[in-house]
Amino acid sequence: MSLPGPVGATVEDLLRQCAPQVLGVVARRFGDFALAEDAVQEALLAAARHWPVDGLPDNPRGWLVQAAVRRMTDLVRSEVARRRREDEVFREPSPGEVADRDDTLVVLFLCCHPELTPASAIALTLRAVGGLTTAEIANAFLVPEATMAQRISRAKQKLRGASFAMPGPDEFAARLRSVLHVLYLIFNEGYTSSVGGALHRTELSGEAIRLARAVHARLPTDPEVAGLLALMLLTDARRPARTGPNGALVPLAEQDRSRWDQALIVEGVELIMAAVERGAIGEYQLQAAIAAIHDDARRAEDTDWPQILGMYGLLERMTGNPVVSLNRAIAVAMVHGPAQGLELIDALDDRLPGHYRLDAVRAHLHEMAGDVPRAVAHYRAAAARTTSVPEQRYLVDKAARLAR
Amino acid sequence: MAKFLLLMNYGPATNCDLPMDQWAHEDIAAHIQFQHDLGKELTDNGELVDAQGLAGPELAKTVTFTGEGAPVITDGPFPESKELLAGYWLVDTTLERALEIAAKASAAPGPNGVPIGQPIEVRELMSAPASSDL
Repeated sequence: MSLPGPVGATVEDLLRQCAPQVLGVVARRFGDFALAEDAVQEALLAAARHWPVDGLPDNPRGWLVQAAVRRMTDLVRSEVARRRREDEVFREPSPGEVADRDDTLVVLFLCCHPELTPASAIALTLRAVGGLTTAEIANAFLVPEATMAQRISRAKQKLRGASFAMPGPDEFAARLRSVLHVLYLIFNEGYTSSVGGALHRTELSGEAIRLARAVHARLPTDPEVAGLLALMLLTDARRPARTGPNGALVPLAEQDRSRWDQALIVEGVELIMAAVERGAIGEYQLQAAIAAIHDDARRAEDTDWPQILGMYGLLERMTGNPVVSLNRAIAVAMVHGPAQGLELIDALDDRLPGHYRLDAVRAHLHEMAGDVPRAVAHYRAAAARTTSVPEQRYLVDKAARLAR
Repeated sequence: MAKFLLLMNYGPATNCDLPMDQWAHEDIAAHIQFQHDLGKELTDNGELVDAQGLAGPELAKTVTFTGEGAPVITDGPFPESKELLAGYWLVDTTLERALEIAAKASAAPGPNGVPIGQPIEVRELMSAPASSDL
């Protein structure tokens, strides 16, 4: 088997694509997801060491399955020494068994099990489905490797006893929602980094997009899966324009739109159009549609705010989420003027108490209305309460510029 | 080599008692560029272990629990408190160099480019005992 491109990059892509499939085979055979996950991780590491030197094997997936099964055999044997299990589980898999099955979705559903906390589900998904090493995941979340290893191992313990199978029809929709939520969190973690000073940790956004593509490829007619993938693409398209020198935050209205990634926008728009036509509009589709309207405007002042306002209205009714209401208040301000937007925000104080975004939006709307002293006061209040360094710098700078 | 924690507190510096949100835009930009360059220098030298800024005192809570009843959780400490941590650098280097880095950080540019003279506290981390023949 020979593949184009540099062997290193090929190997990594291939390994990560194979990871959940190999895990599926091994987990099914041994009926122990937690142990299988360890064995597959070791097989991936061995492949990453050997393949770039020895060349790709003829059947990479089969190679990985064999390596993982061998490792699994060692692991199980040491357990068996304690637990006295039968020997028949140790037979090698037949090649047909390896090639035909794609368990990516089964593994993903298990990793995003609603029993797990979001932090655990994210870590486990990135390792078992994404094929990232514990060290890489730890690095992305800026925690020590030992901490991340523990988080993953506790997540797996929690899944002991959970069946390795697709959820039944009665719970499929709810379980898919958990999966999409985890992918959404991974994307956001990368896009608006909640820790540290860097605004983008692209590797996490890129990984979320890769995983969303994998789900979409396997559930091509699900409109919310398409909606989430479209939302990610349409949001990620603006990334090149979202930061200025030294990681400074550039707000949507001030971005150089020529730097937006048009290929991602085209792909995202096509996805969302096709999804919406299929009916059953959901929240990811609505968010994607809003992102598409923003991406469609050549200049900020060309933005179709009335249409965005309508969509936030639907989204607000669908979710009851106060952050959506805050975004709707912005759309109201853009369509009907800042005074009406500010009025809506006053009603949100109880539902988002002390949230810096309330102050930040108030500041913008007061600025729109020409009330500089109030705008400055709210920019300062927002800066004092945000936990994002780039956002704080932006807000401090806005206050400073206006106060001149 | 040892590890040193360089602590920066809120509060008036020698040359500057104006909060940053009241500085001119250019002065803020110059200050951020300075911090960015300092971080890069420490990384490039292989000295930086970690550097973080803490979220504002408006979000701070203080927890006290004596084991009886419920824990007492209060807001603050507030910025009036003199010893209020704003951020830190953790560096792995010599004492001499740690003091040099602290001096540099202290002289970060403020309004009109004047070094602000922010006090930086240098604290060595405890470590394993040195080898000994005794």
